Amino acid sequence: MAFEPVIGLEVHAQLKTKTKIFCSCSTAFGKSPNANTCPVCTGMPGVLPVLNKQAVTFAIKAGLATNCTINRESRFDRKNYFYPDLPKGYQISQFAMPIAEHGFLDIEADGTEKRIGITRIHMEEDAGKLIHDPLRGKSMVDLNRTGVPLIEIVSEPDLRTASQAGAYLRKLHAILKYIDVCDGNMEQGSFRCDANVSLRPVGQEKFGTRTELKNLNSFKNVEKAILYEIQRQTYVLEEGGEVIQETRLWDPTKNRSASMRGKEEAHDYRYFPDPDLVPLIVDDAWIQDVRAGMPELPEEKKQRFITAYNLSEYDAAVLTADLDMANFFEQTITPLKNIKQAANWIMTTLMGMLNAKAIEISESPVSAHEFSKLLGLLESSRINANAAKTVFEQMIETGQDPESIVKEKGLEQVSDQGELEGMVDEIIQENPDEVQAYRDGKTKLFSFFMGQVMKKTRGKADPKVVTPMLKSKL
Amino acid sequence: MNLHTLTIAQAQDLLAKKEISSVDLTRAFLDRIDKYDNTISAFITVDPGLALKQAEQADQMIAKGKSQAFTGIPVALKDVLCTKGVRTTCASKILEHFVPQYDATVVEKFKAQDAVLIGKANMDEFAMGSSTENSAFFVTRNPWDTDHVPGGSSGGSAAAVAARFCAGAVGTDTGGSIRQPASHCGVVGLKPTYGRVSRFGVVAYASSLDQVGPITRDVTDAAMMLNLMGGHDPKDSTSAPEQMPDFTKGIAMFKEKGLSGMTLGIPREFLNLKGIDPEVKTMFESARKTLEGLGVTIKEISLPHSNYAVAAYYIIAPCEASANLARFDGVRYGYRDMDSDDLIEMYKKTKSKGFGPEVQRRIIIGTYSLSSGYYDAYYGRASQVRALIMDDFKRAFDACDIILSPVAPTPAFKIGEKVEDPLTMYLSDIFTLSCNLAGIPGISVPAGISSTGLPMGLQMMSRHFDEMSLIRAGYGFEQAVNHIELPEF
Ligand SMILES: [Zn+2]
Repeated sequence: MAFEPVIGLEVHAQLKTKTKIFCSCSTAFGKSPNANTCPVCTGMPGVLPVLNKQAVTFAIKAGLATNCTINRESRFDRKNYFYPDLPKGYQISQFAMPIAEHGFLDIEADGTEKRIGITRIHMEEDAGKLIHDPLRGKSMVDLNRTGVPLIEIVSEPDLRTASQAGAYLRKLHAILKYIDVCDGNMEQGSFRCDANVSLRPVGQEKFGTRTELKNLNSFKNVEKAILYEIQRQTYVLEEGGEVIQETRLWDPTKNRSASMRGKEEAHDYRYFPDPDLVPLIVDDAWIQDVRAGMPELPEEKKQRFITAYNLSEYDAAVLTADLDMANFFEQTITPLKNIKQAANWIMTTLMGMLNAKAIEISESPVSAHEFSKLLGLLESSRINANAAKTVFEQMIETGQDPESIVKEKGLEQVSDQGELEGMVDEIIQENPDEVQAYRDGKTKLFSFFMGQVMKKTRGKADPKVVTPMLKSKL
Repeated sequence: MNLHTLTIAQAQDLLAKKEISSVDLTRAFLDRIDKYDNTISAFITVDPGLALKQAEQADQMIAKGKSQAFTGIPVALKDVLCTKGVRTTCASKILEHFVPQYDATVVEKFKAQDAVLIGKANMDEFAMGSSTENSAFFVTRNPWDTDHVPGGSSGGSAAAVAARFCAGAVGTDTGGSIRQPASHCGVVGLKPTYGRVSRFGVVAYASSLDQVGPITRDVTDAAMMLNLMGGHDPKDSTSAPEQMPDFTKGIAMFKEKGLSGMTLGIPREFLNLKGIDPEVKTMFESARKTLEGLGVTIKEISLPHSNYAVAAYYIIAPCEASANLARFDGVRYGYRDMDSDDLIEMYKKTKSKGFGPEVQRRIIIGTYSLSSGYYDAYYGRASQVRALIMDDFKRAFDACDIILSPVAPTPAFKIGEKVEDPLTMYLSDIFTLSCNLAGIPGISVPAGISSTGLPMGLQMMSRHFDEMSLIRAGYGFEQAVNHIELPEF
């Protein structure tokens, strides 16, 4: 029997507010344990939460950017469970009435386009973390993260493959970074994803039993874990077994997941409205304000790149997939004329370097400004493409600016007519057989002559000058 | 002059005229606490040194001419209000040694006027109870008859005012916890509108019902204290942005035009309740006549859902409490059981040993009522009943300005009399609970003394944010009723 996977994703995104959601403590990462705490976020007796308006604005922004309806009235609930990293013994979240609902994202995966529904976006506070000290047999609590604002974005179970899940997640990640509500850092946990996966016989409408996958801290791990889970469930079902409803933890070093807890151990969170907070009322003016301040989204930027810069659909998509990349591109081309050339250089040479080093564009050792200078030298024919590659490599290594590398290495292009003409004449004299063959119609040999010129000039000849010269002399 | 007999208004006047000093006044109260609190047990914590220091500071302010309404006035705080640097126990073992790093907003307001915070008063543990017998430390005794309870949960505060250990006290009222002990101790207790007084720093029992208010010798003092305590607090999202009038104007209004034009409603459902002491009925009848004598119109009204108030309250309050008290887990502060091998055991032992039986009972009721599969039948249904009770009051206030009832069905009962019977104990809140469910204000004014020599109070309730009418009518009633002298000792 053939099975169809049904996948839904739950994403927790940390909002980039300066202060926590219900108190005025800083949200700064990396502070010493419990430095960012106060009586409110440590759950002292008698203290009360006061909602951070900026967090609401960010949640509205995320809702609008994902085509959601913003609820004019939403509510905060208490989600009750006991754990030492949860000081109040409950997490303030939105259960019955979330801030945003009924959105969607259009994705492209496996060669087709697909619309993925977004069930809801709700606001909540983060919990702290436990630090275990095995030597002393003790656990310590760090409440710096407690009360940091999060939104949880829940997709419809519309995804069918791991690559669709990956595409959805990348798109959502890009949007949240574009609208500047989340820094998107997956390692520090500011963008976290859980996946619900089930299988059903093809053609069946009813969903199968699902498992929840946790600890998916990179795009690759999300896809790998989902693939693994699809295979695991397929195996179970084909062997005549039954999938058990459970939470499974992904182990990225072993590339497999293991059961964390079963349905019978699932929590009863006893949600009920938090009486310490009044209903959250969002009026039209607030929504209009957020809409007015909304930056260009990936789709809009892509369309603009196509029309304004004459880029192909594919190039525009690659360059706008990440806001930092799009910004790098636009900064690079500002002083340049040959935009197509700049796009190619970014997509091949620069991205190749980033991939090889496994770093993000934000961590690039070459800034857009320097990169632009390099391409400027190429554009004004002061260096040729080969030399430009050499300069780029040197820039990565030493951080020098391209101009001084060109001077130091003597890479300036030879475009002096007289000098080149002498060389071309020499080459024609030295290779009579090839000249004859060329003249007999073997025009492919043109690149041989070009190669000879480059050899003589150690790659510095300007092809724009040499090409017509060779053609006329041959 | 017996300084301890002064009301807040009288003391304020003499302090301003520099006829007495705050230090003398504070000393007078401290002397009485020293002499009589062994018997009454109104206080959990008294720090005479700190109180006298505050009194000295107040005297300096008065000398500099920087006196405000409460400068130098000794006030007791229910031990549920957080006081920076002074332990705040909620009469629970779990917080026995807890010292807050912050003041409740209400406490800040007293401090800002250089009031003297004379002590932290006993209460039912976490404000759960109607007799102060649920204190983890000791029972407070009724100054009128020490075999009897002072009521609860603000029993320590009410007893301290009745015993003249302080000029006034702060209590909290979740289902009658200010009004009922005030009634049992022969003093005035005012529960303001929900949202009128900040709850910040007040250890929560049931957040949607809790409200802070004054317990005082008379209505004038209650108005003055509400003036100080009320007002919007940005630290409490449920505190109301409503304007704060000068509530002593209610007294001026009475002096000017009496109670003419006021309509008072008596709910017919309350008249036929079972279990009301005949003496309470007699008191209520004569209170009604007294008020009629003041020119009010009295009407019979209906609160059709009031029969369900006790049931709804004892679901909603425990549900909120079960979450509010979850934070007392032994991890960050408070009592922790040290003999546990793992986390779950630590939680279980800490809570089992740290909380008393009534608190555990309510946590369990609340946890159960919120559980999946039971939520709709309990919390959901109780919330619907609450909405109906609110509607009842809204309709009732179309026909009248004030609703009248006794505060409690009986005068203060004997210590130990109802401890084994929580359900009967719950019924003693029958007249006061609805007020909290509806969020409206209510006042308890001494109305008479039983044949056994115990005081009984009259309850008046009014529309949201109309405490002014309660002050006006309460003051009028207080003036008209036979003066009730506090027991002499
Ligand atoms: Zn904080």
